[in-house]
Amino acid sequence: MSRRSLTLLKNLARNANGSSIQTRSVTYMPRPGDGAPRAVTLIPGDGIGPLVTNAVEQVMEAMHAPIYFEKYDVHGEMSRVPTEVMDSIRKNKVCLKGGLKTPVGGGVSSLNVQLRKELDLFASLVNCFNLPGLPTRHENVDIVVIRENTEGEYAGLEHEVVPGVVESLKVITKFCSERIAKYAFEYAYLNNRKKVTAVHKANIMKLADGLFLESCREVAKKYPSITYNEIIVDNCCMQLVAKPEQFDVMVTPNLYGNLVANTAAGIAGGTGVMPGGNVGADHAVFEQGASAGNVGKDKIVQENKANPVALLLSSAMMLRHLQFPSFADRLETAVKRVIAEGKCRTKDLGGKSTTQEVVDAVVANLE
Amino acid sequence: MENMFLLTLCLLWLTLPLNGKNTIFVQKRIQSFFTWESLESVLRNKVGLRGPMEMPWPSGKGLLRKEVNFYAKVRPCFSLPGYKTRYDDVNLIIIRENTQGHYSGIEHEVVKGVVQSLKIITREASLRIAEYAFRYAKTQGRKKVSAVHKANIMQKTDGLFLECCEEVAMKYPEIIYEEVVIENCCMMLVKNPSVFDVLVMPNLYGDIISNLCAGLVGGIGLAPSCNIGEDGIALAEVVHDSAPDIAGKNLANPTAMLLSGVMLLRHLELNEKAEQIQNAIIKTIAEGKHRTSDLGGTSTTTEFTDAILEIFGNYKASKEMFSLLSL
Repeated sequence: MSRRSLTLLKNLARNANGSSIQTRSVTYMPRPGDGAPRAVTLIPGDGIGPLVTNAVEQVMEAMHAPIYFEKYDVHGEMSRVPTEVMDSIRKNKVCLKGGLKTPVGGGVSSLNVQLRKELDLFASLVNCFNLPGLPTRHENVDIVVIRENTEGEYAGLEHEVVPGVVESLKVITKFCSERIAKYAFEYAYLNNRKKVTAVHKANIMKLADGLFLESCREVAKKYPSITYNEIIVDNCCMQLVAKPEQFDVMVTPNLYGNLVANTAAGIAGGTGVMPGGNVGADHAVFEQGASAGNVGKDKIVQENKANPVALLLSSAMMLRHLQFPSFADRLETAVKRVIAEGKCRTKDLGGKSTTQEVVDAVVANLE
Repeated sequence: MENMFLLTLCLLWLTLPLNGKNTIFVQKRIQSFFTWESLESVLRNKVGLRGPMEMPWPSGKGLLRKEVNFYAKVRPCFSLPGYKTRYDDVNLIIIRENTQGHYSGIEHEVVKGVVQSLKIITREASLRIAEYAFRYAKTQGRKKVSAVHKANIMQKTDGLFLECCEEVAMKYPEIIYEEVVIENCCMMLVKNPSVFDVLVMPNLYGDIISNLCAGLVGGIGLAPSCNIGEDGIALAEVVHDSAPDIAGKNLANPTAMLLSGVMLLRHLELNEKAEQIQNAIIKTIAEGKHRTSDLGGTSTTTEFTDAILEIFGNYKASKEMFSLLSL
């Protein structure tokens, strides 16, 4: 009798305190053996790459995360990604990489693009959102840009017709447009997103972008609960700068996706903090979201002031992809706490810390 | 002198039909509102001002560009003090190549489900636009020209464009020249637009970036622009549409049109007068007493224009002349 009244009193007290629902940590039901350490290929890359990937390694160790890294040295000047690296990625299925510097006009095709084409990583995802505690000019930004990664303007088919006239082919296929549209809607569906916007320039490139739009419209019909709309790319950039809160998930062909993703990353906080990744049917490569500045300037490298937040958040995405959600949550909470506190910030966020100081702060904030 | 020009500008603005159907009949051959007389007039006078026209897309605009071969589109973007946006220190000019690049319009379906579109870059057009950009920078007293490209991926096409820009840059050693990859450019524009001065780029990037910059300073309702053709032909126009819902009600904001007129003056190298008129416009908006409804005020078009004219003094004399002209 008294035991019951004690419970009743406790309930009364709890309800009187307000609306706080008693929470408990979410229980996931792993299969036996799910905790076995997974191998992840690690490519430090060029410029600030080694600094930020080192940061990830340190944090993973501090968390005792069930992953171990197989490190490979790849540099942007190489003409091809070495076969051993490709084999390793094919075996592990997951890779984390820093930026690879592509020489401008140098006749060496971009290794980033090569990697994406060979592993058929057809979707590039960048998540741009305001971090609490980080002041930016725009509020309420939470945009995911899903960009077709294999064709479009980056087909790489160029030739000189006559001296002084050069042609480049932009190729759009129904197959690729359909699968990127399917991925975008699936992503929105699984992540409880309400709207998908297709970005295009079909008023000028009627056949090419018209085909892309057709595929998006067909897929949209299968997801009636998700709002679908279309926007021309120049209007889109203007709206992003003026009213970014109207966008949710955006699906775009290759070139526009590059611009839109970098613009969205810029308005939400900069390249230093936005996570992203490339995913295909069998493999996934995680890297800094915005491609602008992912190699960084020499000065930042020398002074060790690169911002590791973007790659740390990308590695949290990777942990979720590998189905270790609670490690991902712990990492994300720690990073967000460090940013919100504002004491340890690198130069691009307006602070003076070095990479190592930020890493130490994140490790200290891990539960 | 500048009063007369301002008057003519206002006259043009107020009398140009906001709905093109009123005074210009549709030419059957080209299915557009544009006439041979207008075209000949532009070719003869070499300087023109065009108001917004209601038109199905594509239409006389594209025709005009093809017949007269306007190869450059100049879009200045500067913050209007007094009209607060998130960005305060924007002052840049975008010079966009207008004839080729991704907008060649050459597309075809190879097999069912596979479409190809051609992007063409020629040395001739790239040299021409680079020459124009550097000459513009020099005559307008600008310090830096940035070429925007994606030559790390599209190596031959954008590579050729960059080569031409570099060649021209060597002839203007006093102007700083740099090359920016387009994604870095977008990122810098939204983070810190004051690092850029004059931007020159091929067609598609120009379209996107000029609209992005218009968004930084207040939208396309305030954006002036100027098309430049061979032999120094210039046609200034507005970017916004004809707004049929407020046509004839004296509510429209003439800022874009007036700033386009200012661009014409600069093209004719009447820089001093251009500065005077531009400063008058900016001052009127900054004061905040006379603003049209799109900027959050309640003035009519005529009240706004009168306020600008007042700054020049001789207001009453101008008003008399204006009423004489409109009879």
